Amino acid sequence: MFEGFDAVVLARAQFAFTMSFHIVFPAFSVGLASYLAVLEALWLWTGREVYINLFNYWLKIFAVAFGMGVVSGIVMSYQFGTNWSAFADKTGPVIGPLMAYEVLTAFFLEAGFLGVMLFGLERVGHRLHFVATLMVATGTLISAFWILSANSWMQTPAGYAVNADGQFIAADWLKVIFNPSFPYRLVHMVLAAYLTTALVVGAVGAFHLLRDQHLAGPRVMFSMAMWMAALVAPIQIVAGDQHGLNTLEHQPTKIMAMEGHFDSHPDGAPLILFGLPDMDAGKVKYALEVPRLGSLILKHSLDAPLNGLDTVPRENWPPVPVTFWAFRIMVGLGFLIFALGLFSLLARYIGTLYQSRLLHLFAAAMGPAGLIAVLAGWFTTETGRQPFTVYGLLRTAESASPLAAPAVGSSLAAFAIVYFAVFTAGVVYLLRLMAQPPHPGEQGPSSSLPARAAGITPAVEGVMR
Amino acid sequence: MSGAVDIATVWAFIIAFAVFIYVVMDGFDLGLGLLFPLFPEKSDRDVIMNTVAPVWDGNETWLVLGGGGMMAAFPLAYAVLMPAIYTPVIAMLIGLIFRGVAFEFRWRTQGERNLWDVAFAGGSWLAALAQGIALGAILQGVHVEGRHYAGGWWDWLTPFSILTGLALVVGYALLGATWLVLKTEDELRDRAYHLSWYLLFAMLGAIGLISLATPLLHIHYAERWFTWPNVILTAPVPLAVGGISALLLRSLIRRQDSQPFFLSLGLFALSYAGLGISMYPYIVPQSITIWQAASPQNSQIFMLVGVAVLVPLILGYTAWAYWVFRGKVKAGAGYH
Repeated sequence: MFEGFDAVVLARAQFAFTMSFHIVFPAFSVGLASYLAVLEALWLWTGREVYINLFNYWLKIFAVAFGMGVVSGIVMSYQFGTNWSAFADKTGPVIGPLMAYEVLTAFFLEAGFLGVMLFGLERVGHRLHFVATLMVATGTLISAFWILSANSWMQTPAGYAVNADGQFIAADWLKVIFNPSFPYRLVHMVLAAYLTTALVVGAVGAFHLLRDQHLAGPRVMFSMAMWMAALVAPIQIVAGDQHGLNTLEHQPTKIMAMEGHFDSHPDGAPLILFGLPDMDAGKVKYALEVPRLGSLILKHSLDAPLNGLDTVPRENWPPVPVTFWAFRIMVGLGFLIFALGLFSLLARYIGTLYQSRLLHLFAAAMGPAGLIAVLAGWFTTETGRQPFTVYGLLRTAESASPLAAPAVGSSLAAFAIVYFAVFTAGVVYLLRLMAQPPHPGEQGPSSSLPARAAGITPAVEGVMR
Repeated sequence: MSGAVDIATVWAFIIAFAVFIYVVMDGFDLGLGLLFPLFPEKSDRDVIMNTVAPVWDGNETWLVLGGGGMMAAFPLAYAVLMPAIYTPVIAMLIGLIFRGVAFEFRWRTQGERNLWDVAFAGGSWLAALAQGIALGAILQGVHVEGRHYAGGWWDWLTPFSILTGLALVVGYALLGATWLVLKTEDELRDRAYHLSWYLLFAMLGAIGLISLATPLLHIHYAERWFTWPNVILTAPVPLAVGGISALLLRSLIRRQDSQPFFLSLGLFALSYAGLGISMYPYIVPQSITIWQAASPQNSQIFMLVGVAVLVPLILGYTAWAYWVFRGKVKAGAGYH
């Protein structure tokens, strides 16, 4: 089996597959950790029971999602060595430290305080428990900082030199960390995580409001989520536009693929709305396009010239159809999320936020929209920088491990089977938790640990002290 | 140049430290999974899970630090070793997935709970065995050409690596059993005591077998341990193993709940020191030294700053988390 396959293609498939499963969990838990911190803060501040009920309700969901994020993340951290050992050798001195800092400043913080956050409310008291929740939420954001810095360096490498062994080494760490695309990518991704969570929370709230408009918990979560969507979606559109302009400056080929610009347009490029990019023919078939709008969006001028893929050697072309379509899915969902936010503002204004079945149906249907948009966005940016792992400097084909196709193919098959089994079960459990409305007196995961006063066994304490 | 030498050595100790912390911390919770089939009662299993539920995630983070830190500090070694132990690493990752999700999943279902108990036990067995096999595969040496692994994808499988795989399973099971002695009471603890006896002798047998087999692998290992004046430094290791084993036996006989776990950690520390004596200064045995594999100095210094500040903090709040959940875990009601 797998003898006829190319090991590099299989390794890429494995990375794409495991990454696609992994990314949805952190994207969801970055936003959810912050949401939990807000809920607990509101509870401590107002003392209203609905907030602690919601906190405990989402905490159980967080525990399941976070666990899946952790185990799928460990796979990612070892994959650089197993399937991409040449990449690890060459870029380890630069991006290795960024990832080591992610572990030291983020993973340990999250893991160290997670146990107290999940099980420790009765043991440590309210204030210390809130500190633990804040630490977990902060940890998820710090994690996003480092991993996006590492990814951005691969997209827009800066501050580096190359040594005699052909390894990238850091010449200036600040330039490495704050490389040109990093600030844009960080803002775009963190906002995406917040929107993703808001849409899931909003959909769960809407689902329960469709059954009963008077439930306190679903009302509060739905209202909070719709505020988030209404406020953040427009900011995200602006941030996405700015990220695109940054990409045009540093990775123009990616923009050509995203826009489907095979040909150069010296006096104003069209905006291709839809079509079928054909790389062999070098054109977009059945293109539905608006003249000169492309130049207006990308250059803010109707007749600004834009180069096309005809200026790029074919061996440096990304897989245009994937980039082109992933980009359209992301943008389309982005505008739908924006529309949901506007709809909710309107309903709120006329006083039907908790009554409008149409709004609730729309919100419930949009539950997975953020997750899909995140995936589509990652496909856009990761396929758009091909055929390089370090943009313009290290080709993907030169990054792979010296492994035979059967080894990579077998591990890919194993991951596929395990992921489908395990993560399908996990998603079913998540949906089951979400299908229950939050109850008065909702218990957190701590109910699975017998609550008891600590300090009854002096012998053990004596040792641990 | 001498600066580079020093920092590479410092980093070798840091990575070794991270891996050791991983081995002892995830070791006992993997050990609980290994012992799971011997505790078929649901109430016992609930207690066993609850002894580690609040801390397992932090335990596993050390594995990420070991791997990530190695890529950062010794990228060449990471790049050579990972393809060399490809299959055990993939098997370990899959095992860790099954047992990791089981911590949460088993509470989220009634009907299939036993299925996730099987996943917890099976995943723990797979991960522990794979880690031990990977260790053996590294110790026996790998085929390197230039900056690449040049062997096949089944080179790791030898009688020696199977031996180290089984030895680690025994060791983790001992840690798990003595952890239960520490954290549980009544009948569950009594059975853990009973198991600890067998596992201690099995572990001593495994240490003995590996100590005999390792010098036969390569002349370097034999010279390292048995030539004068190295013997002055190496002889105390087996002597200390004997001493700690005697203390451990005594604590099992006297039933001092708080001691066997920490004495078992002592046995692990000594075995690990023995491993370090065998390998140093190679990071890929007999092929690549820590200095050849080291990252440029500025990468290692950049991270050293973070390690110096953050690792004490991490150890501090990790200790706090263990402290919060200290004491015996009782069988409790109120599970979902």
